[in-house]
Amino acid sequence: MTGLILPRRRLIARAGGVVAAAGALPLLAGCDAINEAPAVRKILSMGEEMNRASQRALMNRGALAREFTVADLSPVFRSNGTSLPDGEDYAAQARAGFANWRLAVTGLVARPLSLSMADIRAMPQRTQITRHDCVEGWSAIGGWTGPQLRRILEAAKVRNSARYIVFRCADRIGDALYYESCDMVDALHPQTILAWALNGEILPIANGAPLRLRIERQLGYKHAKYLTGIEAVASLDGIGAGKGGFWEDQVDYEWYAGI
Amino acid sequence: MAEPDPPVAASSPPARIYRHRLPTRAWHWVNAVTLLILLMSGLMIFNAHPRLYWGQYGANLDHAWFAIGATPDTGYIRFGETRIETTGVLGRWTDGQGAEQTWAFPGWATIPTTYDLASGRRWHLFFAWVLSISLSLYMVWSLIGGHIRRNLHVRRAEWSPRHIWQDIKDHARLRLPRGQAAARYGILQKLSYIGVIFVLLPLMILTGLTMSPGMDAAWPWLLDVFGGRQSARSIHFIAAWTLVLFFLVHIAMVFLAGPLNEVRSMVSGWFTLPPEKEDGA
Repeated sequence: MTGLILPRRRLIARAGGVVAAAGALPLLAGCDAINEAPAVRKILSMGEEMNRASQRALMNRGALAREFTVADLSPVFRSNGTSLPDGEDYAAQARAGFANWRLAVTGLVARPLSLSMADIRAMPQRTQITRHDCVEGWSAIGGWTGPQLRRILEAAKVRNSARYIVFRCADRIGDALYYESCDMVDALHPQTILAWALNGEILPIANGAPLRLRIERQLGYKHAKYLTGIEAVASLDGIGAGKGGFWEDQVDYEWYAGI
Repeated sequence: MAEPDPPVAASSPPARIYRHRLPTRAWHWVNAVTLLILLMSGLMIFNAHPRLYWGQYGANLDHAWFAIGATPDTGYIRFGETRIETTGVLGRWTDGQGAEQTWAFPGWATIPTTYDLASGRRWHLFFAWVLSISLSLYMVWSLIGGHIRRNLHVRRAEWSPRHIWQDIKDHARLRLPRGQAAARYGILQKLSYIGVIFVLLPLMILTGLTMSPGMDAAWPWLLDVFGGRQSARSIHFIAAWTLVLFFLVHIAMVFLAGPLNEVRSMVSGWFTLPPEKEDGA
C-alpha cells in the first residue's frame, strides 16, 4: 500500500514545485502587497460598514437569536482563546471561589457600581440556550445564565451620551489585556447577558469564570471572558489602539462581528 | 425535432451576430473576477477550521463528514471514513520560502498567501457585496430586458428527453452546433446558465448569510431552510466547488468552440457563426 502511495506523493510534490517555478511566486507576492496597501484595506473595510449599517437599518434591531433546547446542546462546549488567565491575582481569586471578584461599572454613568458575584446572582436572571459561532467557522450550543446587561446599565443610570459599552477582562494575551466593546443596540438587547453559569453549572475557568459576556448576534471573539469592568463611553478613540477590541487592534478583525 | 433548422446558403460568408448585450458582458467579467476572489479568500477562511459538519453545531470534538488534515508527515483529505493522501497540495505543502505548512489549502490558492483570517474575511465580505449587488442587477435586467425570454427560456420542444439526450450525445462527441444553430444556446447550455444565475449563486449568498449570527436572528427561516449554520457552511463549500466545476466545463467549451471568437464576443458582443461543414457528413 505504501509503495503505491509514495510515488504519487512525490509526483504531487513535484507538480507543486513546477507551479511555483512557473513564475507564480512574484504574482503571489504582488497579491499580498495589494492586500497590505492602506487604500485597499480602507476600501475592503467598507464591507464591514455595509454589513453593520444594513443589519441595523433594514433588520429588526431587537430580533432574538434562536434559542435551542437541552436536546440540542453540544456534547462538549469547546473553549477558545485564553483557557486560564496568567498571574497570581487570578489564581488567588479562583482558589477563593471568586468570592472577592468585583465587576466595576464606570464611565458615563450617574451611579458607578462595584458588584460582587453575590450581587450579580441576586439580580433577576435570564437563561438561554444559544449557538456560539467562532470567527474560525465552528459552532457550539450551550446554555447560559446571568443578568441582562441592560439591568446593570439601568442600575448604574447610564447617561444618554454613552454610545458604546467597553468590556474589561482579566486575561492577557501577549502584553495586552483583553477587551471588547459593542454599541448600545447590542448592549441593551434582551439576550445580552453577563453569564456566570454554563449548562446549569458554575462557569468553568476555560469558558471565562467567574463572569463572561454573551452577545448572541455576534461572533465568539466579542464574547469577552473574565469580566472585571464595564465602561460606558462616547467614543472608542483612545481605548486600546482605538479599534474597539483586542483582536480588532491586533489583527484587524471586524469590530462589527454580526456576520 | 419540432422545427427544421433555418436554411443557410452553404457558400455565404460567415455571418456575424450581436450575441451579448453590454449588461451581459459587463456582468460576466465583473462576476469572473468577483468569484475568483471569493473562492480564494473563502479557502483562506476554510483554513481557519478545515472541517465540515451537518446540523446546527459542530466543533473539533464533533463528527466532521469532511476534513482536511495532516499526520506527522503527510497531508490528507477525509470524506466520512475514507482518507485520501494529498501531501504536497492539501493538508501538508511547501510554501514559497521552502517551509512546510500544514494549513488545509496551499498559499497559491488563498488570499492572502499566508494564514491571515482577518484579511481573508475582509476580501470575502467586501466581494460578497459586489456579488450580491451585481447579481441582483443582472437578474432584474435579464427579466425585464428580455434576456431570459429570448435566450434562456427553455422551449417546450427542448424539454423532450430525446432532444436533451441528443444534446448530451453531441457534447460527448464534441460535435458543436455550426451555422445558424450556433446562434442560439443549446439545452444543456441554457440549463447550465440558469443553474448558475438562479440556483448556485443565490444558494451561495443565502448559505453565506446563514453563517452570520446577526442574519440568523433577523431571518431565522434561514436556519430552517438549510438545516442549521453548520449545514449551511457545508452547502456553501459544496456549491462553491460546483461553481468551480462549472468554470472548468465552461472554459473547456470555450476552447472547443473557438476561444478567440468566444472571448471576442464576450468583449465586443459580436460573434461569428462557425460556418456549416462543406461535406455535411
